[in-house]
Amino acid sequence: MANRPLSPHLSIWKWGPHMAVSILHRVAGDTMAFVALPLFLWWVGALASGPEAYATFTSVVGSIPGIIVLVGISWAFFNHMSSGIRHFVLDIGAGYEIETNKRWSMASIASGIILTAAFWAAIVLI
Amino acid sequence: MGQKTSLERYGDKGTALGHVRGLGSARGGTHHWLLQRFTAVGNLLLVGFLVVSLALLPNYSYATVRTWLSQPVPATALALICVNTFWHARIGLQVLIEDYLDQPGNKLAALVALNVAVFGGAAFGLVSIARIALGAA
Repeated sequence: MANRPLSPHLSIWKWGPHMAVSILHRVAGDTMAFVALPLFLWWVGALASGPEAYATFTSVVGSIPGIIVLVGISWAFFNHMSSGIRHFVLDIGAGYEIETNKRWSMASIASGIILTAAFWAAIVLI
Repeated sequence: MGQKTSLERYGDKGTALGHVRGLGSARGGTHHWLLQRFTAVGNLLLVGFLVVSLALLPNYSYATVRTWLSQPVPATALALICVNTFWHARIGLQVLIEDYLDQPGNKLAALVALNVAVFGGAAFGLVSIARIALGAA
Protein backbone atom coordinates (compact mmCIF):
# COMPACT_ATOMS: atom_id res chain seq x y z
CA MET A 1 0.00 0.00 0.00
CA ALA A 2 1.44 3.33 -1.03
CA ASN A 3 1.40 5.63 2.00
CA ARG A 4 2.14 8.83 0.15
CA PRO A 5 1.40 12.24 1.67
CA LEU A 6 -1.87 13.75 0.47
CA SER A 7 -1.99 17.26 -0.90
CA PRO A 8 -2.52 19.79 0.58
CA HIS A 9 -0.53 18.66 3.57
CA LEU A 10 -1.05 21.61 5.86
CA SER A 11 1.72 20.81 8.29
CA ILE A 12 4.54 21.93 5.98
CA TRP A 13 3.25 25.50 5.51
CA LYS A 14 4.32 28.42 7.65
CA TRP A 15 1.20 29.89 9.24
CA GLY A 16 0.28 33.33 7.83
CA PRO A 17 -2.56 35.87 7.97
CA HIS A 18 -3.98 34.67 4.63
CA MET A 19 -4.47 31.20 6.15
CA ALA A 20 -6.09 32.66 9.27
CA VAL A 21 -8.51 34.79 7.23
CA SER A 22 -9.36 31.78 5.06
CA ILE A 23 -10.27 29.45 7.91
CA LEU A 24 -12.04 32.25 9.82
CA HIS A 25 -14.15 32.85 6.70
CA ARG A 26 -15.26 29.23 6.79
CA VAL A 27 -15.74 29.16 10.58
CA ALA A 28 -17.82 32.37 10.47
CA GLY A 29 -19.90 31.15 7.53
CA ASP A 30 -20.63 27.83 9.24
CA THR A 31 -21.46 29.60 12.50
CA MET A 32 -24.11 31.57 10.65
CA ALA A 33 -25.43 28.51 8.82
CA PHE A 34 -25.73 26.41 11.99
CA VAL A 35 -26.54 29.06 14.64
CA ALA A 36 -27.64 32.36 13.08
CA LEU A 37 -30.11 30.97 10.51
CA PRO A 38 -31.96 28.75 13.05
CA LEU A 39 -32.08 31.72 15.44
CA PHE A 40 -33.40 33.96 12.64
CA LEU A 41 -36.17 31.41 11.98
CA TRP A 42 -37.01 31.27 15.70
CA TRP A 43 -37.17 35.09 15.71
CA VAL A 44 -39.56 35.47 12.75
CA GLY A 45 -41.51 32.34 13.83
CA ALA A 46 -41.98 33.79 17.33
CA LEU A 47 -43.02 37.16 15.89
CA ALA A 48 -45.58 35.41 13.69
CA SER A 49 -46.87 33.23 16.56
CA GLY A 50 -47.71 35.98 19.05
CA PRO A 51 -46.55 37.84 22.18
CA GLU A 52 -46.09 34.73 24.37
CA ALA A 53 -43.84 32.99 21.85
CA TYR A 54 -41.90 36.24 21.37
CA ALA A 55 -41.50 36.63 25.15
CA THR A 56 -40.00 33.12 25.32
CA PHE A 57 -37.61 34.05 22.51
CA THR A 58 -36.50 37.33 24.11
CA SER A 59 -36.07 35.75 27.55
CA VAL A 60 -33.62 33.19 26.08
CA VAL A 61 -31.84 35.53 23.68
CA GLY A 62 -31.75 38.40 26.19
CA SER A 63 -30.08 36.27 28.90
CA ILE A 64 -26.32 36.54 29.42
CA PRO A 65 -25.50 33.35 27.45
CA GLY A 66 -27.98 34.49 24.78
CA ILE A 67 -26.27 37.86 24.39
CA ILE A 68 -22.88 36.13 24.15
CA VAL A 69 -24.29 34.03 21.30
CA LEU A 70 -25.69 37.18 19.63
CA VAL A 71 -22.31 38.92 19.86
CA GLY A 72 -20.70 35.81 18.37
CA ILE A 73 -23.20 35.77 15.51
CA SER A 74 -22.70 39.47 14.81
CA TRP A 75 -18.92 38.92 14.71
CA ALA A 76 -19.47 35.96 12.35
CA PHE A 77 -21.48 38.21 10.03
CA PHE A 78 -19.06 41.16 10.02
CA ASN A 79 -16.04 38.89 9.73
CA HIS A 80 -17.55 36.88 6.87
CA MET A 81 -18.66 40.10 5.17
CA SER A 82 -15.16 41.64 5.43
CA SER A 83 -13.33 38.55 4.19
CA GLY A 84 -16.05 38.08 1.55
CA ILE A 85 -15.33 41.56 0.18
CA ARG A 86 -11.65 40.57 0.19
CA HIS A 87 -12.66 37.55 -1.91
CA PHE A 88 -14.28 39.86 -4.48
CA VAL A 89 -11.01 41.82 -4.75
CA LEU A 90 -9.01 38.58 -5.16
CA ASP A 91 -11.56 37.42 -7.75
CA ILE A 92 -10.67 40.33 -10.05
CA GLY A 93 -7.02 39.25 -9.82
CA ALA A 94 -5.80 41.94 -7.41
CA GLY A 95 -4.00 41.68 -4.08
CA TYR A 96 -1.86 38.57 -4.53
CA GLU A 97 1.51 40.26 -3.85
CA ILE A 98 2.84 38.94 -0.52
CA GLU A 99 2.89 42.24 1.39
CA THR A 100 -0.44 43.47 -0.04
CA ASN A 101 -2.07 40.12 0.67
CA LYS A 102 -0.77 40.13 4.24
CA ARG A 103 -1.95 43.71 4.81
CA TRP A 104 -5.49 43.13 3.52
CA SER A 105 -5.77 39.81 5.32
CA MET A 106 -5.05 41.49 8.62
CA ALA A 107 -7.29 44.44 7.67
CA SER A 108 -10.25 42.14 7.02
CA ILE A 109 -9.81 40.39 10.40
CA ALA A 110 -9.56 43.79 12.12
CA SER A 111 -12.56 45.10 10.18
CA GLY A 112 -14.72 42.20 11.43
CA ILE A 113 -13.90 43.04 15.04
CA ILE A 114 -14.26 46.83 14.63
CA LEU A 115 -17.65 46.56 12.85
CA THR A 116 -18.92 44.18 15.56
CA ALA A 117 -17.93 46.72 18.22
CA ALA A 118 -19.53 49.57 16.24
CA PHE A 119 -22.76 47.58 15.80
CA TRP A 120 -23.11 46.90 19.52
CA ALA A 121 -22.26 50.50 20.33
CA ALA A 122 -25.14 51.53 18.03
CA ILE A 123 -27.49 49.01 19.68
CA VAL A 124 -26.68 50.33 23.14
CA LEU A 125 -26.64 54.03 22.23
CA ILE A 126 -29.61 54.35 19.84
CA MET B 1 -12.27 12.15 7.93
CA GLY B 2 -10.64 8.89 6.81
CA GLN B 3 -8.70 10.18 3.84
CA LYS B 4 -7.47 7.48 1.48
CA THR B 5 -4.77 7.36 -1.11
CA SER B 6 -5.69 7.11 -4.78
CA LEU B 7 -4.47 3.51 -4.75
CA GLU B 8 -6.87 2.55 -1.96
CA ARG B 9 -9.72 4.42 -3.58
CA TYR B 10 -9.36 3.18 -7.13
CA GLY B 11 -7.29 -0.01 -6.85
CA ASP B 12 -4.22 -0.38 -9.03
CA LYS B 13 -5.96 0.66 -12.26
CA GLY B 14 -4.82 4.29 -12.14
CA THR B 15 -4.88 7.41 -10.08
CA ALA B 16 -7.69 9.92 -9.46
CA LEU B 17 -6.11 12.14 -12.08
CA GLY B 18 -5.87 9.26 -14.54
CA HIS B 19 -9.57 8.58 -14.17
CA VAL B 20 -10.61 12.10 -15.17
CA ARG B 21 -7.84 13.11 -17.58
CA GLY B 22 -9.19 13.89 -21.06
CA LEU B 23 -12.83 14.02 -19.96
CA GLY B 24 -12.97 17.82 -19.85
CA SER B 25 -14.48 19.82 -17.01
CA ALA B 26 -17.60 18.72 -15.10
CA ARG B 27 -19.28 21.82 -16.58
CA GLY B 28 -20.90 22.68 -13.27
CA GLY B 29 -18.13 24.39 -11.31
CA THR B 30 -18.27 27.87 -12.80
CA HIS B 31 -22.04 28.08 -12.35
CA HIS B 32 -21.68 27.04 -8.68
CA TRP B 33 -18.88 29.55 -8.15
CA LEU B 34 -20.87 32.38 -9.79
CA LEU B 35 -24.01 31.62 -7.75
CA GLN B 36 -21.92 31.89 -4.59
CA ARG B 37 -20.86 35.39 -5.69
CA PHE B 38 -24.32 36.52 -6.84
CA THR B 39 -25.93 35.42 -3.57
CA ALA B 40 -23.03 37.04 -1.69
CA VAL B 41 -23.83 40.42 -3.28
CA GLY B 42 -27.49 39.92 -2.38
CA ASN B 43 -26.57 39.08 1.22
CA LEU B 44 -24.36 42.15 1.46
CA LEU B 45 -27.36 44.35 0.57
CA LEU B 46 -30.10 42.43 2.40
CA VAL B 47 -28.35 41.53 5.64
CA GLY B 48 -26.80 45.01 5.58
CA PHE B 49 -30.34 46.38 5.54
CA LEU B 50 -31.33 44.09 8.44
CA VAL B 51 -28.26 45.03 10.52
CA VAL B 52 -28.82 48.77 10.05
CA SER B 53 -32.55 48.40 10.77
CA LEU B 54 -31.86 46.43 13.97
CA ALA B 55 -29.36 49.06 15.11
CA LEU B 56 -31.91 51.86 14.47
CA LEU B 57 -34.94 50.25 16.14
CA PRO B 58 -35.72 52.13 19.37
CA ASN B 59 -36.39 48.88 21.28
CA TYR B 60 -37.03 45.19 20.61
CA SER B 61 -40.50 44.81 22.12
CA TYR B 62 -43.05 42.62 20.36
CA ALA B 63 -45.12 45.63 19.25
CA THR B 64 -42.14 47.61 17.90
CA VAL B 65 -40.55 44.76 15.97
CA ARG B 66 -43.84 43.43 14.61
CA THR B 67 -44.96 46.88 13.46
CA TRP B 68 -41.61 47.37 11.76
CA LEU B 69 -41.76 43.98 10.04
CA SER B 70 -45.35 44.43 8.87
CA GLN B 71 -44.28 47.30 6.59
CA PRO B 72 -43.79 46.39 2.92
CA VAL B 73 -40.07 47.18 2.56
CA PRO B 74 -38.80 45.33 5.67
CA ALA B 75 -41.14 42.41 4.89
CA THR B 76 -39.80 42.24 1.32
CA ALA B 77 -36.20 42.43 2.52
CA LEU B 78 -36.69 39.69 5.10
CA ALA B 79 -38.53 37.47 2.61
CA LEU B 80 -35.60 37.89 0.21
CA ILE B 81 -33.20 37.12 3.09
CA CYS B 82 -35.00 33.80 3.59
CA VAL B 83 -34.32 32.86 -0.02
CA ASN B 84 -30.87 34.37 -0.42
CA THR B 85 -29.11 33.47 2.84
CA PHE B 86 -30.36 29.88 2.75
CA TRP B 87 -29.29 29.60 -0.88
CA HIS B 88 -25.83 30.99 -0.06
CA ALA B 89 -25.56 28.67 2.97
CA ARG B 90 -26.58 25.69 0.82
CA ILE B 91 -23.80 26.42 -1.67
CA GLY B 92 -21.21 27.00 1.08
CA LEU B 93 -22.15 23.93 3.11
CA GLN B 94 -22.07 21.81 -0.05
CA VAL B 95 -18.41 22.79 -0.47
CA LEU B 96 -17.79 22.03 3.22
CA ILE B 97 -19.34 18.57 2.81
CA GLU B 98 -17.37 17.89 -0.37
CA ASP B 99 -14.14 18.95 1.37
CA TYR B 100 -14.51 16.97 4.59
CA LEU B 101 -16.71 13.94 3.86
CA ASP B 102 -14.76 11.27 2.08
CA GLN B 103 -17.17 8.35 1.85
CA PRO B 104 -19.63 8.64 -1.08
CA GLY B 105 -22.54 7.35 1.07
CA ASN B 106 -21.93 9.86 3.86
CA LYS B 107 -21.52 12.62 1.32
CA LEU B 108 -24.84 11.83 -0.36
CA ALA B 109 -26.66 11.55 2.98
CA ALA B 110 -25.23 14.89 4.13
CA LEU B 111 -26.20 16.60 0.86
CA VAL B 112 -29.75 15.23 1.09
CA ALA B 113 -30.04 16.40 4.72
CA LEU B 114 -28.66 19.80 3.71
CA ASN B 115 -31.27 20.22 0.99
CA VAL B 116 -34.11 19.21 3.30
CA ALA B 117 -32.88 21.64 5.98
CA VAL B 118 -32.41 24.68 3.75
CA PHE B 119 -35.65 24.31 1.80
CA GLY B 120 -37.57 23.65 5.03
CA GLY B 121 -35.92 26.59 6.79
CA ALA B 122 -36.47 29.05 3.96
CA ALA B 123 -40.13 28.02 3.58
CA PHE B 124 -40.76 28.37 7.34
CA GLY B 125 -39.23 31.86 7.29
CA LEU B 126 -41.28 32.92 4.25
CA VAL B 127 -44.55 31.69 5.78
CA SER B 128 -43.79 33.47 9.09
CA ILE B 129 -42.98 36.75 7.35
CA ALA B 130 -46.05 36.45 5.10
CA ARG B 131 -48.27 36.01 8.18
CA ILE B 132 -46.81 39.15 9.77
CA ALA B 133 -46.87 41.22 6.57
CA LEU B 134 -50.45 40.23 5.73
CA GLY B 135 -51.65 40.92 9.25
CA ALA B 136 -52.68 37.46 10.45
CA ALA B 137 -53.09 37.37 14.24
